[in-house]
Amino acid sequence: MKAKVYVSLKPGILDPQGKAIQHSVELLGFGGIADVRQGKYFEIALDDSDEQQARESVARIAREVLSNPIIEDYRVEIEE
Amino acid sequence: MKFGIIVFPGSNCDHDAYHVISKQVGQPVDFIWHRETNLSSYDAVIIPGGFSYGDYLRAGALARFSPVMESVKKFAASGRFVLGICNGFQILCEAGLLPGALIRNRDLHFICEHIYVRVETSDTPYTNEVQAGSVRRIPIAHAEGNYVCDDETLDALRRNDRIVFRYCDRQGNVTAVANPNGSRDNIAGICNAGRNVLGLMPHPERACEDLLGSSDGRDIFRSLAATLALAA
Repeated sequence: MKAKVYVSLKPGILDPQGKAIQHSVELLGFGGIADVRQGKYFEIALDDSDEQQARESVARIAREVLSNPIIEDYRVEIEE
Repeated sequence: MKFGIIVFPGSNCDHDAYHVISKQVGQPVDFIWHRETNLSSYDAVIIPGGFSYGDYLRAGALARFSPVMESVKKFAASGRFVLGICNGFQILCEAGLLPGALIRNRDLHFICEHIYVRVETSDTPYTNEVQAGSVRRIPIAHAEGNYVCDDETLDALRRNDRIVFRYCDRQGNVTAVANPNGSRDNIAGICNAGRNVLGLMPHPERACEDLLGSSDGRDIFRSLAATLALAA
């Protein structure tokens, strides 16, 4: 079983990297870019076969390690 | 009194802190490897600057899972003294010993320069030999020093006199221009509710000798030593 975890900065938290990327994208010639926010993506391979169990484990991993809840949100997806 | 300097893989200001405690403060000090869990012989521990675990994931995020950190939490809860400098401040925030978080500097640069901070309170074990309102010239060296917290936390920090250092200009004015990294309310250092845990982004250990350009950081270590001497 595989888990995918997406960690993104909470709305309102400054993202200077996203801003710098946006600027580069505009230099490439793309107009109309309203905003770029940079996040993190994790793939976790699990021995678990119980989806509910896996979801709970990964949520805890995401909450306590992969993200800092003061500044970040996370989203978990479970794949077979 | 005995000091301990906690060393993680990637710590790189541990020797500076050791030098200051042994030579400038003149007190016994040990290095404590991060796998150590017995802190019973120490009165104060310093979590030094550097790049613990290469700043992987987030600055300080992985160090907080090192075995020593559970002991540091108990050490702090028992009222003994924990000083986190730069990466040490980031680790203390990640570990929940101090509120808030340190994110990328507003302007993305790694900033390495001498700046000015105003000492906001002398009511801490780290600043009791320093006059509140005095201005200190101390270096910073970080890419993630932008202090963020929610309104409620900021309110609690202000109300309880827990903002210990704020970025300012040479005259001591706390202004947006004097804020090097975008920190909320120009915060450079805070303490916990018990006032025994302090975290700050500037490096006082690099400002303890005139030869190094400033000795303005020395009083922070002297204050702590004076506090420990009184407690002994």
